[in-house]
Amino acid sequence: MTVEGKAYKYGDNVDTDVIIPARYLNSSDPGHLKAHCMEDIDPTFAGSVAEGDIMVAGENFGCGSSREHAPVAIKASGISLVIASGFARIFYRNSINVGLPIMECPEASSKINAGDVVRADFDTGLITDITTGETFTARPFPEFIKKIIDAGGLVPYTGQKAGQ
Amino acid sequence: MGMTVSAKILADHAGLGSVLPGDLVEARLDLVLGNDVTTPPAIDIMKKTGKDKVFDKDKVVLVPDHFTPNKDIKSAELSKKLQDFVCSQCLTNVFELGRKNMGIEHVILPENGLVFPGDLIIGADSHTCTYGALGAFSTGVGSTDLACAMASGSTWFKVPEAIKIVLKGKLSRYVTAKDVILHLIGMIGVSGALYKSLEFEGEGVHEISMDGRLTIANMAIECGAKNAVFPVDEVTLAYMEKTNPSRLREGRYKVYYPDEDAPYSDVITIDLSEVPLTVALPHLPSNTAKASEIKAMKIDQVVIGSCTNGRYEDIKTAAEILRGKKVKSGVRCIVIPGSQKIYRRALDEGLLAVFDDAGCVISTPTCGPCLGGHMGVLAKGERCVSTTNRNFVGRMGSPDSEVILAGVPVAAASAVKGEVATPDDI
Repeated sequence: MTVEGKAYKYGDNVDTDVIIPARYLNSSDPGHLKAHCMEDIDPTFAGSVAEGDIMVAGENFGCGSSREHAPVAIKASGISLVIASGFARIFYRNSINVGLPIMECPEASSKINAGDVVRADFDTGLITDITTGETFTARPFPEFIKKIIDAGGLVPYTGQKAGQ
Repeated sequence: MGMTVSAKILADHAGLGSVLPGDLVEARLDLVLGNDVTTPPAIDIMKKTGKDKVFDKDKVVLVPDHFTPNKDIKSAELSKKLQDFVCSQCLTNVFELGRKNMGIEHVILPENGLVFPGDLIIGADSHTCTYGALGAFSTGVGSTDLACAMASGSTWFKVPEAIKIVLKGKLSRYVTAKDVILHLIGMIGVSGALYKSLEFEGEGVHEISMDGRLTIANMAIECGAKNAVFPVDEVTLAYMEKTNPSRLREGRYKVYYPDEDAPYSDVITIDLSEVPLTVALPHLPSNTAKASEIKAMKIDQVVIGSCTNGRYEDIKTAAEILRGKKVKSGVRCIVIPGSQKIYRRALDEGLLAVFDDAGCVISTPTCGPCLGGHMGVLAKGERCVSTTNRNFVGRMGSPDSEVILAGVPVAAASAVKGEVATPDDI
């Protein structure tokens, strides 16, 4: 599967409080969450992001609170992929569980510029910055993640086990 | 190769003789936790798994604490959804506001005797790592993991690598466990222990009370750690005797020790006597500085409480510093005992009167201001010294406000001085 979109670029340690501030956690409705996604570090994001756009960030993306509302908000915004140098543990797990594609690639993270058009292939891990022509290869998903993805996410995976 | 304490707990719960860092295991859970923010989505997700009953009504613990007492209509709906589920599932542990067992989740689970050494616990709250203080393996997850764990009683784990933290020496006057963990986070950074366990040992551990160990384990997530674990000693056993003597006597727990050849990716030694009163300046918990070196930094608010520092020792320490003093004019000092039991003990011992005389606000137990929920949200340009655990942009309110993390003595002293201060300054 391939995705393509415009890059929104952020720095290191983007925490879940700025991805979706706690003052909006009184609802878990994706439509409500996407309206406030990234609001505290990029007030223009929610109004400008288009379906398929790609988020690019540095180290420790998604650190802080365990709120699954964070990957839900990003996914609901239309973001098709988050590329980061690295992800915080709970956010990584939550993203897989809710079906938000993520890729770890420090080189792509440092070289892709805000506004570049980026294409990524989930099967090969190939990331192409169409604006600059540079290509990068992301670390592939570990085997255990593939199993959950093959089942269609953690919920159907658990449903299958419950039915055994 | 030998195993760490974390690896042994995971191996036993997965029915395996041994595991290595990086191994993936499916393990049975002793306790599954959710709160009023993370449980409502999990209830909907659990329905989609096709299971309509939780795996064990004794082992699913759901605590409304983040926005309670409900701050608005939407949060009232969240609490109602949680409590309706607790009722329909006939869960053993019911937490109602104002009742003796009630309070902030990571304060009340240990206090109510629900956590024991060797337990494997997940919670849909990042500070679930708190329970490592008692020698348990516990870690935070999201709502989907919570939902599936409520349904199945198990989840998957990647066996983490570990960093050994050796504590030696004794803490200086006024220096607390909070200073130790802020000091460590300052040393290794907010991703310094990413995906890893922090395994504490050394003679200095025995100098730290259970309340202090809970504070240290609580903030392991702030350096990216998956969990933190303390050795089980006389302090642990005395705490269990107080909180759940029957389970202690029945021996329904297991104490794990690391193998001599257990692998550690790093070993860090901290001499407790050299840890200074420490603060974390905006906007990362790793942005630490010596409290004594922060001069003329005016503040608008102080918060003393939370799952990090809302325990009895914290409240008592705050009262000792504030006794006979007054909160500086123009500063709001909000004191939030972490549980109803702590609130009552503080009431019986006259500590709440000390706070009232000093001019503090005293709140019912809630996470409230820690996450900018309610009970002390900051305006644009305001600055707060807080005993909570995060000082990210907008954490406590306006994205243009600032939070400085500190231990209780610095927070209480700062309330009196009206600027960042140590007890020696007042």
